[in-house]
Amino acid sequence: METIWFVLWGVLWAAYFVLDGYDLGAGVLMPFIARDEADRKKIYNAIGPFWDGNEVWLIVAGGVTFAAFPGTYATMFSALYSVLMLILFALILRGAGLALREEAEKQSHRAFWDWFFIIGSFIAALLLGVAFANFFKGIPIDAEGIFHGNLFTLLNPYGLAGGLLFLTFFLTHGAIWLTFKTEGELHDKAMNYAGRLWVILVVLSVIFLIATAFATDIYRNYLNSPVLFVLPLLAVAGLLLTGIYIKQVDWKKAWFASAGYFFFVTLFGVVGMYPALLPSSLNPAFSRTIHNSASSPLTLKIMLVVALIFVPLAIIYQAWAYKVFSGKVGGEHSGYHEGV
Amino acid sequence: MDVLLLSRLQFALATFFHFLFVPLTLGLSVLLAYMEWKYVKTGDKEYLRMVKFWGRLFVINFAIGIVTGITLEFQFGTNWSRYSEYVGDIFGSLLAIEATVAFFVESTFIGVWIFGWKRLSKKMHAWCITIVAIASNVSAYWILAANAWMQHPVGYTIRNGRAELTDFLAVITQKGAIMAFMHTVSAAFILAGFFVMGVSAYHLLKKQHISFFTRSFSIALTFALVFSIFEVVQGHFNGNMIAEIQPAKLAAADAHWETQTNAPQALFVIPDEKNERNLVELIKIPGMLSMLAFNNPNAEVKGLLDFPRDERPPVLITFVAFRTMVGLGFLFPMLTIIGFLIRKKLREYPLYLKVMLFAIPLPYIAIELGWTVAEVGRQPWIVYGIMKTADAVSPIALSQVVTSFFGFLVLYTVLGIANFTLLVKLARKGPDILEGVTEKREVTV
Ligand code: HDD
Ligand code: HEM
Ligand code: HEM
Repeated sequence: METIWFVLWGVLWAAYFVLDGYDLGAGVLMPFIARDEADRKKIYNAIGPFWDGNEVWLIVAGGVTFAAFPGTYATMFSALYSVLMLILFALILRGAGLALREEAEKQSHRAFWDWFFIIGSFIAALLLGVAFANFFKGIPIDAEGIFHGNLFTLLNPYGLAGGLLFLTFFLTHGAIWLTFKTEGELHDKAMNYAGRLWVILVVLSVIFLIATAFATDIYRNYLNSPVLFVLPLLAVAGLLLTGIYIKQVDWKKAWFASAGYFFFVTLFGVVGMYPALLPSSLNPAFSRTIHNSASSPLTLKIMLVVALIFVPLAIIYQAWAYKVFSGKVGGEHSGYHEGV
Repeated sequence: MDVLLLSRLQFALATFFHFLFVPLTLGLSVLLAYMEWKYVKTGDKEYLRMVKFWGRLFVINFAIGIVTGITLEFQFGTNWSRYSEYVGDIFGSLLAIEATVAFFVESTFIGVWIFGWKRLSKKMHAWCITIVAIASNVSAYWILAANAWMQHPVGYTIRNGRAELTDFLAVITQKGAIMAFMHTVSAAFILAGFFVMGVSAYHLLKKQHISFFTRSFSIALTFALVFSIFEVVQGHFNGNMIAEIQPAKLAAADAHWETQTNAPQALFVIPDEKNERNLVELIKIPGMLSMLAFNNPNAEVKGLLDFPRDERPPVLITFVAFRTMVGLGFLFPMLTIIGFLIRKKLREYPLYLKVMLFAIPLPYIAIELGWTVAEVGRQPWIVYGIMKTADAVSPIALSQVVTSFFGFLVLYTVLGIANFTLLVKLARKGPDILEGVTEKREVTV
């Protein structure tokens, strides 16, 4: 049961990165590819109906951590207090920017909220990567779950490499999405970026894989049961397919391929930590694992029933929402601005 | 300043702020659903314009509600890690269920509703806001069940050094959860009603968009009338429940010091917390407190002196908050009943309209005070009777909490100001904010 929950836990985080990844990436890309108000409007419209639904995957991933592994939830977020607070502030900034810019009348006000959105997206993207890389590597927590370090402990080279990897993936993923959803000059610019970012992503992925061998224990599980190597292989396949589809200008497929790539990157890291959810770098005995941090069997059972019913349902109606908004977007205001 | 105190202040700031936006979402979504179905059924364009005008205010409010909610979800881990570890088995699952069951639905359909005007049939579009309204109110149930469990833990056992779930049904169907849900949701409906009435009153006073705002006013009036009367009756039963499960809170809320049968209620009281008595008590009604708490004038009501000093909640805050909430609780039905009596000729009573305009903040105040009663009155316990707040706080550095606290303060101040000036600006412009008449962009069935 704990193992099932461990896998589900990894899958939920992976789903979050893949889904919110493109709208965070689109936010960071905005100053680079949007020339004027019309372009910015298109970018907002390309993610507008979806970003909140995507962000709920984060809330669910966090909530499930709380429900299934309360010990991990407690340690993870108190140990990473400063990083998490920064991520939360960033998410507030970008959400508020998204919502309020729509209503601003003056260009200068709109620019103000745009920067909320851009900077918020950037910080969240980068720090999510820093946080996860540090989980892979292990953080200095003692037996009580008390953190022996500070914000700068987490900004180590491997953590920063993780941050860059996440950021680059989000950017690539976002560029592909924007290419898929827009037309005209914006489309062409996003396409250019997608191609170039993909190259950087390949380089960073290789660096990260190698650094992982030195900085973490993640490969141990893989050496113990080599069939698991299928996960990183799938990730590599996803990355290569992304490149191929970008070349073939098939944006829908490219988006799915890059989603697959990062889905498996996340699982690769998470599975490598098993049975720990939060490895301690001081002493493996202090790690938060599925054994010492899980909820009672009853709670796990109830939560499993809830998850197995409501998560697939959520996927179904979210897919429906994507279908409703299929096709290219224009630069118009959303409907409740119009007269009748 | 220590980590505990700052964490409490930070949590209070974050929840109070979140709860400035939540009730309008809960109530206005229901009103919007009603208006939009009216439009679908009658084809009357004025209803459509109402949906769009009020909907636009709703969307702004909703967005801020979301971003402030996310921080709450994680604060249990950041600031209350000992608590999270101790009760996560029960409390965590309720939060997780809230997110999977309600937030997914809410966030998906609100997106479709906002952007889907031209892509959906009229009916489908109306369904979207209906689903949002239902999901928001469902989310409220789960979070309130979680809160009710902290107020009155049931269905658990202490095992492996923590609270573990033994009876899920008992947790989610306990009386406290149902009562808190009814009370909070009605409060939210009152607030939304007063909001719509107040904005409408402004325009009626200015004699503009008369038909539009008369209609809006009367829909909101009916809604607020029903729920403000319900709230008083239901609030009384809430009080009965508190008398039973949290006697210290009840005693603090009434500044009641000595255990007494046939306990009186004074209409005017000034509590003197330091000397454990009331400085002033005027106009005592014998047996009234016993009556209110237990529906029996001879019942014994436990006084604060019978609780050890370190198990008493702060008296003055709880007392003032409770009195004011109840006072407002009686004012709202009076205002709505007057409104109901003159509903046909509202515009002949500018004074009434003016009062309603200035009444907009009152339900906000009542709601925040209600939470103050519930939360401050629960102190010093974080989980009533089993865990003290002081034992719940995370082992983190003071500097971290200082930084985050000021971060919140600055960010929320900016957001609060931006949000409310924007709402005021749009509300004052009225339906003129909808750009020109563009018949052809109309959705077709
Ligand atoms: C699901 C749980 C939950 C819910 C729905 C709420 N709270 Fe709460 N509240 C807590 C869980 C909690 C808590 C985690 O238990 C705190 C933190 C410290 C404490 O003692 O209780 C708390 C403390 C706390 C305090 C500080 C009390 C003190 O330390 O003296 C205030 C003022 C509020 N809350 C106000 C609110 C408001 C305005 C809410 C409306 C949204 C609210 N609470 C909902
Ligand atoms: C202190 C505990 C609370 C936590 C942890 C919490 C958590 C959250 C989160 C994470 C969101 C964002 C969801 C999204 O992105 O769609 C949210 C929004 C919301 N919450 Fe809370 N919440 C709390 C208190 C409450 C209470 C007591 C209620 C209702 C009575 C409530 C009702 C809502 C509603 C209706 C929304 C939708 C957004 C909006 O209001 O504009 N919340 N909350
Ligand atoms: C005469 C009328 C009222 C009575 C007798 C009353 C009674 C109570 C009581 C006893 C509590 C504490 C419940 C607890 O601690 O669990 C409470 C809480 C609360 N009240 Fe009231 N109330 C009244 C009117 C109102 C009004 C008009 C509003 C807002 C518009 C309101 C909003 C709240 C809220 C938000 C809470 C906290 C949530 C909860 O615990 O249910 N109340 N009320």
